[in-house]
Amino acid sequence: MIFEGKAWLFGDNIDTDAIIAARYLSTTDPKELANYLMEDIRPDFPSQVSAGDILVGGENFGCGSSREHAPLAIKGAGVSCVVARSFARIFYRNAINIGLPILECQEELSDLNNGSDLLKVDLEQGLVTHLRTGKIYKAEPFPPFMQDIINRGGLVEYVKSRINDLK
Amino acid sequence: MDNDNRTDYGSTMVEKILAVKAGKDKVVPGNLVNTKIDLALGNDITAPVAIKEFERFGIDKVFDPEKIVLVPDHFTPNKDIASAEQALLLRRFAEKYKIKHYFEIGRMGIEHALLPEQGLVRPGEVIIGADSHTCTYGALGAFATGVGSTDLAAAMVIGEAWFKVPSTLRFEYEGSLPKWLGGKDLILYTIGQIGVSGARYRAMEFAGPAIAALSMDGRLTMTNMAIEAGGKCGYIQPDQVTFDYLKGRVSVPYEPVYSDLNAAYEQVYRYDITNLEPQIAFPPSPDNVFPVSKAKGTQIQQVVIGSCTNGRIEDLRVAASVIKNKRVDPRVRLLVIPATQQIYRQALEEGLLTAFIDAEAVVSTPTCGPCLGGHMGILAKGERALATTNRNFVGRMGHPESEVYLSGPAVAAASAVAGKIVHPEEVL
Ligand code: SF4
Repeated sequence: MIFEGKAWLFGDNIDTDAIIAARYLSTTDPKELANYLMEDIRPDFPSQVSAGDILVGGENFGCGSSREHAPLAIKGAGVSCVVARSFARIFYRNAINIGLPILECQEELSDLNNGSDLLKVDLEQGLVTHLRTGKIYKAEPFPPFMQDIINRGGLVEYVKSRINDLK
Repeated sequence: MDNDNRTDYGSTMVEKILAVKAGKDKVVPGNLVNTKIDLALGNDITAPVAIKEFERFGIDKVFDPEKIVLVPDHFTPNKDIASAEQALLLRRFAEKYKIKHYFEIGRMGIEHALLPEQGLVRPGEVIIGADSHTCTYGALGAFATGVGSTDLAAAMVIGEAWFKVPSTLRFEYEGSLPKWLGGKDLILYTIGQIGVSGARYRAMEFAGPAIAALSMDGRLTMTNMAIEAGGKCGYIQPDQVTFDYLKGRVSVPYEPVYSDLNAAYEQVYRYDITNLEPQIAFPPSPDNVFPVSKAKGTQIQQVVIGSCTNGRIEDLRVAASVIKNKRVDPRVRLLVIPATQQIYRQALEEGLLTAFIDAEAVVSTPTCGPCLGGHMGILAKGERALATTNRNFVGRMGHPESEVYLSGPAVAAASAVAGKIVHPEEVL
């Protein structure tokens, strides 16, 4: 799987409250949640972000509570992928399980203009390319079964497909 | 850590187990693997959510009715109507899918004490549980970790789970434990040193002479609290203590797995514990740890001896040895909760329960009960408890303005007698 999209930069320790504030948790509809994505730290963000964009975080992205709403809101906004130096464990699991690709890239993505520079992400190879500078960053690649989970839209759909295979 | 540099190194126990179960020659930290699982666990809080998700898959069988364990231990004996309905969901599911290891109350115990005791945990296995203290089973040389209800539901169907291979921190304990100290003091000390996120994402390998000398009960206490340091799992490599514990409990063959001598650890910590004092975690965090002398004289209204951390027979023996022929301070309520039915019975046969009852303690049937502020000993506003449990977050045992201190069973029993936190020597 290869994505290309605008990069939006975020810092370290972006917590699940920043990603989606607790007051919006009464719904689990990704599209609805997307209207409030990152609202408390960047009020304009929901109107700026568009389908295919890529979020770039620092350390410990998605820390805080275990709410699945956080990756759902990101997915609902059409974000194709999140790249960060590290992720909080539960966020990582939740993101994969709902079918949001996330890539851990320990190298710092440098010289990146927020909201304008383009990144290319190759999940299978685990490579992130800064298209303006041409610099390539290495990340942990996604094995085929993980791509399958993502492709199918998450763990539930993946299990359903496995059931069909079993039958 | 750059993975490419790792090929010359050996592997840790956890890396090897995950490689074997994923059908690979070798894995390194950061790799994503899909593995077969040997056991999947749920309780009366988490399994109902997983069961509802399972039902949405529209399938009429589980992957293996012998590899799923359901334990109604949190709000049982049913605390109220809502919890009764949760437990009923478990019971019905277990009947419908012929789940072999469903434990009704009377046979039930707190899951993380029960599974090892029943011989359901073996070295080299991969075990997931929809409960954060699933990491306990690493004491037997298994890879065991807590997952979400969706993961449990998926595992019940396909018998697999995915993991990111954790890097490993090694903890070596030199010296021998002073009297009255146990696994709880070692793990509290460790969490105090590295903090509640000191082992985030990582496996914790416990080793060294003090671990070799530690009983299985003490080991289970340590691995139980790996999660309080943020660990994905905690483990101790199998040795004679492990094999002796497994004898008579486990009839199927198992394959012990060990870390290579040249395994790549992310970090190695060494502690000399010869002069360690009993350790206490002050509220509101398990890493807020001090020697008992710092807590000395702190008034308490309740003491709880129990939970998946310290409700095993050895814990009850230590507590009973302190409390025998003494009485609980009239201003203190002491609750003793054997972690499983078998421990309950053994404590009865050994006269431990009599010692507690004579001391005017409350002795309860196995349950999580007050550990999570569920039932059986909730704290009022302003009250303070000392507990052998594993979490002392704000409101964990009741009112948000109540407080919980954590200790091992010897300090807990002694403090119940003294009416305030003391070193066990002070009441003997
Ligand atoms: S005893 Fe406490 S920590 Fe252990 S499983 Fe029960 S609620 Fe969780």
